[in-house]
Amino acid sequence: MIQNVQSAADLAPAYDLVVVGAGPAGLSAAIEASTHGLAVLLADENESPGGQIYRSVDRASDADLTRMGPDYAAGRRLIERFRSADLSYARRATVWSVGPADEETGDGAHALEVGISLGGIARPIAADRVILATGALERPFPFPGWTMPGVMAAGAAQILVKSSGLVPSGRTILAGTGPLLYLLASQLLRAGVSVTAVVDTTPVENCRLALPHLLSFATSPYALKGLKLLLDVHRRTRVIRGVTAIEAFGSGQFSALRVRRGKKSLHIQGDLLLLHQGIAPNLNLTLAAGCDYVWDERLAAFRPTVDVCGASSVPGVSIAGDAAGIVGAVASALQGELAGLTAALDLNRLGQGAYQQRRNQLSRELALALRGRTFIEHRFRPGKTFRVPEDDGTIACRCEEITVGKLREVAALGVPGPNQMKAFTRCGMGPCQGRLCGLTAVELLAQYRDVSPGEVGYYRLRPPIKPVTLGELAALPHTEIAIVAVAGFVERAADGAQGK
Amino acid sequence: MFRRLSDRKESSVSFTFNGVPTMASQGDSVAAALLAAGHCSTRRTPVSGAARGPYCMMGVCFECLVKIDGRPNRQGCMTTVVTGMRVETQDGAAMPGQEE
Ligand SMILES: Cc1cc2nc3c(=O)[nH]c(=O)nc-3n(C[C@H](O)[C@H](O)[C@H](O)COP(=O)(O)OP(=O)(O)OC[C@H]3O[C@@H](n4cnc5c(N)ncnc54)[C@H](O)[C@@H]3O)c2cc1C
Ligand code: FES
Repeated sequence: MIQNVQSAADLAPAYDLVVVGAGPAGLSAAIEASTHGLAVLLADENESPGGQIYRSVDRASDADLTRMGPDYAAGRRLIERFRSADLSYARRATVWSVGPADEETGDGAHALEVGISLGGIARPIAADRVILATGALERPFPFPGWTMPGVMAAGAAQILVKSSGLVPSGRTILAGTGPLLYLLASQLLRAGVSVTAVVDTTPVENCRLALPHLLSFATSPYALKGLKLLLDVHRRTRVIRGVTAIEAFGSGQFSALRVRRGKKSLHIQGDLLLLHQGIAPNLNLTLAAGCDYVWDERLAAFRPTVDVCGASSVPGVSIAGDAAGIVGAVASALQGELAGLTAALDLNRLGQGAYQQRRNQLSRELALALRGRTFIEHRFRPGKTFRVPEDDGTIACRCEEITVGKLREVAALGVPGPNQMKAFTRCGMGPCQGRLCGLTAVELLAQYRDVSPGEVGYYRLRPPIKPVTLGELAALPHTEIAIVAVAGFVERAADGAQGK
Repeated sequence: MFRRLSDRKESSVSFTFNGVPTMASQGDSVAAALLAAGHCSTRRTPVSGAARGPYCMMGVCFECLVKIDGRPNRQGCMTTVVTGMRVETQDGAAMPGQEE
């Protein structure tokens, strides 16, 4: 049975392994490691385990399971296995730093230290191994009007259905590209939502680019599912393809979408606009932990570099699932198992022979689960103009309201990377810490300098990766110097309010 | 803008939004409860005063920031509503990391 960690006081000072994220990757890593006798803590920000795909599945009714489909329902079994595993689980727990143990305050026995906030109290936890299974984020989708109320991420609508049984009540438009856009369209249609249109922004040339990978896709488990999904959505709503630009209109609230197809344009009235153009690895914690990363041209995103078992460039820190590259739920779970198994080997809870045997089996299953991904990546790669908007008035950084035009102005001054851009414009300096502007800023700069985004690099990310309040920091058994070193600032203002 | 599916049967929870008594379902996040109650714009930005509402619902965008029981800068989508909670809009107030 899992031990539910209710408050920071219930946390042990140290664990063999800390796993961050309770999606398929994190759950599988934690279960695997615990079966080999490791003392495991699994920390996750959400109310209940499951991550993105299996969100709230343990509370789901039969009607919910039918609505969301068999891939969602499959999460039930994983969560049942998790509930009967021998490990500690902290829900509503945010991990805001991972790094080498502090020489002064560390216990000397554990190599790593993890900063966790739980119920308003922050705690440093010592660990021998850390597995980051922090999943993916929806890509930024900047175009004129995307910041307006009534425009939301498609994932947000899916979260509202899964967690609260809330569905859009008015005319709903979905726009963008990617399998998840069609999955959501089909889920909403099944829930009786009035989906006015699916505005597909996939570049037309993608079909041609994906063609060489068709065979491996056709023989993968994705093929039949994907085909069914597309047919279902096409049958039940209007799908507009070959879209070259979109713009949202409304006075203070979304009311219409202008859709351009080459020279033609049409207006679609609606009450809610849902956006999606694929997902990208959630980099904040892995980068703040100091893990090396590369630009992945196919994903059009950065991903941390890991070996076949998920080991990152930072000793003791592994990355599994979508956090290391977009692989989907089944492969995420297998990567989690591999990382958990390897942690057990590293900590001498498993012999080499047994390890090799199980590792080989998992690797074979993983190769199978990954089949077809290359096709999907090419087929749904979002177009350049939707990644870096041409319209200078478009807001790139939602927090600081910095436009693409402003970024171009600063790029013209010859700034070498996004960190200098941030210093000039404040782009990426707001509370989202670049999560919704990072890729846009980097690709814009790369375009300007005519180099690969890999050469431009990403924001320098430092802990805490989420704002930590005064109350939480005060609870840390650290000197002020140590707090500044970890957090970059010390709060002095009244409770909750912040100041430098 | 959102309606509750009829096959969902959670018990209800009452909280206040800007002083007005509002109902939520057990397990709703603050942001979900506000959307369910018809509030899709829940703050104004500190820079231009533009209206914004929850965007990602998964703790990423910080568009859902509200004041909860007197504490500003709470992520509405990551906080579960409980009975008697006081939720207020945060108009133009500085967000974490923005103050000089
Ligand atoms: C919004 C969204 C919806 C999706 N829906 C589907 C779907 O319906 N079907 C499908 O096949 N695929 C879906 N995906 C793709 C999905 O990412 C993968 O299929 C799968 O969930 C990846 O598993 P994972 O374990 O790697 O990460 P995830 O399932 O994303 O789990 C990561 C977990 O880590 C937690 N976390 C992240 N950072 C921290 C931190 N610092 N501290 C504490 N906890 C943290 C997150 O809250 C989350 O619970 C979706 C992706 C997104 C972004
Ligand atoms: S809605 Fe994005 S952080 Fe809450």
